[in-house]
Amino acid sequence: MHELSLATAIVERAAETARRHGATTVTAVRLRVGEMAGVVPDALVFSFEVAREGTVLESARLVVEEVPARARCAGCAADFAVGTPPFLWCPRCDRPAQALLSGRELEITGIELQEAET
Amino acid sequence: MCKVVDVRQSVLAKNDHLADALRTELTARGTTVVSLLSSPGSGKTALLEQVLARMGVRGVPVAALTADLATENDARRLARSGAPVKQVLTGGLCHLEAAQLRAHLEGWLPGDTRLLFVENVGNLVCPASYDLGETLRVTLMSVTEGEDKPLKYPLAFGLAHLVVLTKNDIADAVDFDGAAFTAHLARVNPEVPVLRTSVRTGEGVQALVDHFLAVADGAVPHRPRLASAPRGGAHAPGGTGGHHHDRAPAPAPLTSHQ
Repeated sequence: MHELSLATAIVERAAETARRHGATTVTAVRLRVGEMAGVVPDALVFSFEVAREGTVLESARLVVEEVPARARCAGCAADFAVGTPPFLWCPRCDRPAQALLSGRELEITGIELQEAET
Repeated sequence: MCKVVDVRQSVLAKNDHLADALRTELTARGTTVVSLLSSPGSGKTALLEQVLARMGVRGVPVAALTADLATENDARRLARSGAPVKQVLTGGLCHLEAAQLRAHLEGWLPGDTRLLFVENVGNLVCPASYDLGETLRVTLMSVTEGEDKPLKYPLAFGLAHLVVLTKNDIADAVDFDGAAFTAHLARVNPEVPVLRTSVRTGEGVQALVDHFLAVADGAVPHRPRLASAPRGGAHAPGGTGGHHHDRAPAPAPLTSHQ
């Protein structure tokens, strides 16, 4: 259940951004989560609701965009979906993938702030 | 007023930077970190006991740090080898993080250590996501655990530089299907080296010791395909970048135990 550690890191990061921008409230945090990130989005959202309590993120939403895992073949240079559990061999050439291109993201992409009224 | 701030930062950026710094620093002073990952009861500690003992016989300075939720039993077992051993109690936390590891090494790790073994909490899920600054990540599994384990825990097996099968002396008794295991492992981690071991018969233990020594001498470990994908933020090739101000300043160098 390392999702709670991750949720805490997300809350800390967003709260720090709010402070820097002089905002009083964070209304949403946007996150990209790869298929192979080792994170269960539902568990992350649940943990986020615990971690945000008593912070400027108290009423913030966690908006998760899931990113499919894709790999590139060394032989034919084609990209292919690796699926779950991952199959890191090219479906056309039956050769091992050269690299995973995407799917391990665990990235904050945007933070929505409510700025103090002046 | 509402405002959206674009950030693009990996959630694990802090841990990854710290781990990178630790790897660079320890490598520069001649210490190679080997991490061990497995489910509880796979035989990590028993195997490590034999590895430490053999390293001792060969006069190689090694040290071990073992993490558990509770009890100092593992540290007591490992200390019988004579190597410096430290128990880390995570107090219920399911995995080790780089900052924790660094704090435990501070003032403890002998300066002449060639190989530092870090035995993670017995868990195949959470520890897989955290870089600890290791040069070699070993995932272990006993033959009693089922041939499809690499498919059930693809990150733990997919990110390994070396996979070790333990308790191989009872493989036949439990009908372990080696071919099925190899096929499943190749699916998530093509071409990863596999070593079959048994602490009862001694099978594979010397090969494992030799593998560790080769890595300490600079042999390049296997490259897991899963490790090549970006985690987002500053690590993303061609990403928006420019977030270096978010990086934590490099920590002060580790002090060694004399």
